Amino acid sequence: MDQNLLLNVCGLRAGIGDKEILRGIDLQVRPGEVHAIMGPNGSGKSTLAGVLAGDPRFTVYGGSATLGGVDLLALSPEDRSHEGLFLSFQYPVEIPGVSMVNFMRAAVNAKRRYLNLEPLSASEFLKMMRQKRAIVELDNKLASRSVNEGFSGGEKKRNEIFQMAVLEPRLAILDETDSGLDIDALRIVASGVNKLKTNQNATIVITHYQRLLDYIKPDVVHILYKGRIVHTAGPELALELEEKGYDWIKEQN
Amino acid sequence: MDALAQYLNLYREHSDVLMANAPEALNRPRPRAYERLMSARLPRKGDEGYPALSVEEMFAPDYGVNLRRVPFGVEASEPFRCGVPNVSTLMAFVVNDSFRPTATLERNLPDGVEVMSLARAAEIYPDVVAKHYDALAGAVKLIPTDPHSTADAVMQPSAVSVLNTLLCQDGVFVRVKAGVRCDKPLQIVNISNASAPLLAVRRMLVIVEDGASCSILTCDHAASHDVDYLNCQVTEAFLGRGASLDIYDLEESSARTARHAQLYARQDEGSEFTVNGTTLVGGRTRNSYYVELCGEHARAKLAGMAIGGDEQAVENATCVIHRAPKTESDQLFKNILDDKAEGAFYGSIIVDEKADFTKAYQINRNIVASPSARMHTRPQLEIYCDEVKCSHGATVGQIDENAMFYMRQRGIPERQARMMLMQAFMADVIDTVSIPALKSRLAQLVELRLSGTRELCAACER
Repeated sequence: MDQNLLLNVCGLRAGIGDKEILRGIDLQVRPGEVHAIMGPNGSGKSTLAGVLAGDPRFTVYGGSATLGGVDLLALSPEDRSHEGLFLSFQYPVEIPGVSMVNFMRAAVNAKRRYLNLEPLSASEFLKMMRQKRAIVELDNKLASRSVNEGFSGGEKKRNEIFQMAVLEPRLAILDETDSGLDIDALRIVASGVNKLKTNQNATIVITHYQRLLDYIKPDVVHILYKGRIVHTAGPELALELEEKGYDWIKEQN
Repeated sequence: MDALAQYLNLYREHSDVLMANAPEALNRPRPRAYERLMSARLPRKGDEGYPALSVEEMFAPDYGVNLRRVPFGVEASEPFRCGVPNVSTLMAFVVNDSFRPTATLERNLPDGVEVMSLARAAEIYPDVVAKHYDALAGAVKLIPTDPHSTADAVMQPSAVSVLNTLLCQDGVFVRVKAGVRCDKPLQIVNISNASAPLLAVRRMLVIVEDGASCSILTCDHAASHDVDYLNCQVTEAFLGRGASLDIYDLEESSARTARHAQLYARQDEGSEFTVNGTTLVGGRTRNSYYVELCGEHARAKLAGMAIGGDEQAVENATCVIHRAPKTESDQLFKNILDDKAEGAFYGSIIVDEKADFTKAYQINRNIVASPSARMHTRPQLEIYCDEVKCSHGATVGQIDENAMFYMRQRGIPERQARMMLMQAFMADVIDTVSIPALKSRLAQLVELRLSGTRELCAACER
């Protein structure tokens, strides 16, 4: 196996119940890379993100997926998170009654427990929250509110990137992070993602439009269609797609 | 012999002993209570308003009744470990049905605040007790006058309040004199303590005079978890003009304890009443609330929650009657039921024809966490005037799986995520508690209970 692979997905097939959505996905991501996955509605983009993160709605029929050599599909969603997988949700969930602070403290300390580290002290934790908030210019007042409750669309997406900053994943999957964002919010979110980029971690950007890729520059672009990756090329592919539209893909397949 | 008949027999055979050990004000209503019960029966499971438990079965076993007032153990001086310690310095115990003040209670009572045995109050203030005792509980109709009215059916348990009046010998008397604001909460610890099955018939009379205020915390405990106890409890609360009363009632008894509790409140103009009833540990529990808003701008907030497991049954029934214009009521009841637990909420709002500009709201939300747990819910609104704002809502559902996955994706383990969501579900009920120390204690107790602990008090000691 290529020692340099961070994510290695081979022949992954999955769906809901008997309905197959992913029909054999192959995808390799190396540290330091940004991959974009594009494709028309219903092609399986969000399913791929959900299956990798362990969303219990999906059933895996076959194939494999490893993160840093660890078999992802054998792990619970929480352990996938502890192994360094982060999913930025297309629709972040509102959780009334659970404050952002308690939510993040539980998440951070669960990961530390997994890694056999002592829990953070209250002051260390609050200091970290302050630092990470600055990355996406997230208002302090949101910290005392319930998770995502009453947040605007832009605040929800910024909150996702804030959580990503706190959890420092090795692989972040951003599922349609641009949807519902105005241009200013998009800039803030994209700049947050770029600030968090290192040569050790990687990002998969799932998007319908080229627009986000003006701000988060991909190294590799894949086109997902009917549950398979039908095209893989450099950043120029996104531009070509923007020009020709998805019909071009549909005609070819 | 049906359940009620055995108590009527008991009364017939031992009324002399019973009356010799009780004050005149409590004895006076007994003959009428006896007459009324002759033609009554206790509600059964399946009766309108009783989907989850049978009051008749609750009262059917042969419980002992302490008619001779033999003192039971648990001396008041003996520090009883309660799950809500040190919330107040104004503390008293009720052992079965006998009032036991702590040594410091009297000394710490502010001027104008009286807390004592109901029997003693009946001797010192016979007129006050005679005027208020049974004035609310005894006034409720026993037989539904309108067969279509659920409100009457909900109050059919008043047969049990009549039984309470028939047998009651003691309880708690609380009076706050006009204009007096009692800043410290009163804490009343009810303890069931006997080595053989026992029925405790107790009563609480609360009088908050014009412009006065106080908050009362009551909690139910069982000294032994291996003995059957039945607590039959009636509370009557009177709120004068501009008075304010909070009652926080917490049950953490045992799986072998049955509780039948009824609260009657009458509110004058501008008064504010809050009641929060929490069932954390119990066997069979029936709580009913009957609140009358009799003066303009009176406001009532009724909240309750139950966390039920095993074969626990918890029923909450409310009846809020708006008798005056511009009155407001708000009901919020939540349940989390696991295992084979069964819950019920029967909530009614009645807006009288004179009660224009009433605002009345009701919410009941439930999480049924296992396939064998059951929940029954039924809102009932009867509105007899035009200018009102009323709403109600009821849901029965499961833990939000989207929220579960979201939390787990962030690394929060499944069990912890579930706990956090259940805790969050109860947050707004806990928020109705206005005493900060009690609120945080209650949040902690709920967390302990959700983590599976049944011996809450023991858990506190550790």
